[in-house]
Amino acid sequence: MLGYALRRLILAIPLLIGITFVSFLVIHLAPGEPVDIQSDESSARSDAKIKQLLIETYGLDKPLHVQYWNWLTRLVRLDFGRSFSPDARPVLQKIGERLPITLLLNIVELLIIVMLAIPIGVLSATRQYSTFDKITTIFVFVGFATPDFWLALMLMILFGIQLGWLPISGLRSPAWEYLSFWAQQWDFIAHLTLPILVATFGGLAGFSRYMRQSMLEVVRQDYIQSARAKGLSEGAVIGKHALRNALLPIVTVLGLSLPGLIGGSVIVESIFAIPGMGQLMVQAVFERDYPVIMGNLVIVATLTLVANLIADLTYSLVDPRIRVAARRGRR
Amino acid sequence: MRGFWRAFRRNRLALIGGVVVVVLVLLAALAPKIAPWDPNRPDVRKILDKPSRTHPLGTDQLGRDVLSRMLYGARVSLAVGFVSVGIATVIGIALGAAAGYHGGTVDAMVMRLVDLMLVFPRLFLLLAVLAFLRPSIWTIMAVIGLTGWMSVARLVRAEFLSLKEREFVLWSQSIGATSFRTIWRHILPNAIGPVLVAMTLGIPAAILTESGLSFLGLGVQPPHATWGNILNEGKDAIEIGWWLSAYPGLAILFTVLSYNLLGEGIRDALDPRLRQSVGRIVGRTR
Repeated sequence: MLGYALRRLILAIPLLIGITFVSFLVIHLAPGEPVDIQSDESSARSDAKIKQLLIETYGLDKPLHVQYWNWLTRLVRLDFGRSFSPDARPVLQKIGERLPITLLLNIVELLIIVMLAIPIGVLSATRQYSTFDKITTIFVFVGFATPDFWLALMLMILFGIQLGWLPISGLRSPAWEYLSFWAQQWDFIAHLTLPILVATFGGLAGFSRYMRQSMLEVVRQDYIQSARAKGLSEGAVIGKHALRNALLPIVTVLGLSLPGLIGGSVIVESIFAIPGMGQLMVQAVFERDYPVIMGNLVIVATLTLVANLIADLTYSLVDPRIRVAARRGRR
Repeated sequence: MRGFWRAFRRNRLALIGGVVVVVLVLLAALAPKIAPWDPNRPDVRKILDKPSRTHPLGTDQLGRDVLSRMLYGARVSLAVGFVSVGIATVIGIALGAAAGYHGGTVDAMVMRLVDLMLVFPRLFLLLAVLAFLRPSIWTIMAVIGLTGWMSVARLVRAEFLSLKEREFVLWSQSIGATSFRTIWRHILPNAIGPVLVAMTLGIPAAILTESGLSFLGLGVQPPHATWGNILNEGKDAIEIGWWLSAYPGLAILFTVLSYNLLGEGIRDALDPRLRQSVGRIVGRTR
């Protein structure tokens, strides 16, 4: 196991270097002429200023390999430079403030998705072609096709404006300080309800689909037949023998779907005005705050890499066949 | 081919999906002829009018007709879908074919590149790239295409790995055909089915991505109407004009749904065995 983990870790290093390289290439998309996303009269002046800042920050006037080396050594020291926005704070500090809320959102989403998708998938697989299965299939197709930003707007109109049940922006009510401790907690949860609902919706469709597929494959296996043949109850056959095996591939799918989930934070956070990484990214793009953009990109990709690695290791932990196959493959 | 049609026709949902897609393409193509109003003509007397007989889907903040804007927006969505998936497919086939056919170092390099691209959450990568470029419909197409070729590459590689061992490929190699000719004339035509399915399922994913970017205000820029940027304006008028956000979103939903049904139908009709493998690989991209 330790050997396998070590090998996976070593394999991740070139990917890590790749992340820095791709991000470095992105900086070089900066065209020679000033660009303007939001064109206004002051843009020409600010363009020249931003270009000057870019040249200084990334040493764009030096030879390419020197630039890349500088970029790399700064990243190793976790130095992402300073924000171009007037506060000029270190990028790492800005991102550090916003990382916890994004992580919290994503972890809660993932937990809800897993907790709902597994029973849904199991039920629709064991009752294939039943009404329940048909309804979930429709839900899956609609879930795949629903734009999350549209769902967010519709829920905001319904629950926020028409019914007035839930807040639709930010993390805290204006009067937050004056609330009692428990009211503050409740306020926080109320603010997170709609964002989490939106972010969970699409992911749930995908996961219950995978779970159903995985379960359908397992139920056809011989060992399920023999479990039934030796007289186990249907509950034990499905709940123990089938479910455990059907869960295995889900661990991998979980790892693979992380970039999508994190990417979804961009939309959800900007709609609901949640001060997380996604919102920071969108703001930075509008303000052309390049150090923040680059820092975000590198950190998000690295986080995904780490999460994938954890999923990989978990998978090999729960399924010994993977370790054995990896060892054989090496010989 | 006849077998394909017979199997496809039996799938009612896929047929409906196909019909909706054809109707959409027609509506988009005929937009200038059928749009009741000029999509960009403002009218100060009609700001945020409710849906009515003269404006079936209402008007926006500038008094422009939402239905007409959506018809023109369909052109953008469909064009971005086709072109960006075209770009992704060409790159995916080229890299996947090289990897599957040559194996060894080429294969290892291509697959590491795929792994690397998949580590980046797509929306973050798209935003980072767009921050440095001037947003236009062409940049959007290019950027979505350049970040979306990985699933096609994997698919083509897997097909090539199994096809290259077959007799007709060995035969082609043995009479001295160049590897390009062998790939182009003999292997690729046999691998085209799954690619077609991946393309059909890639278009709705691209449409979702484009509308998401336009919704954030970083996609196709106004005054060009797109479903995404109508929704963006709808967000600002959320308390008064529900129709401004409701209808474009429904248009996206039904378009994506139809393409997905069509794609799944084609896949099942082509080869029921593919049911699992392609679904696994394509999935949802955001």
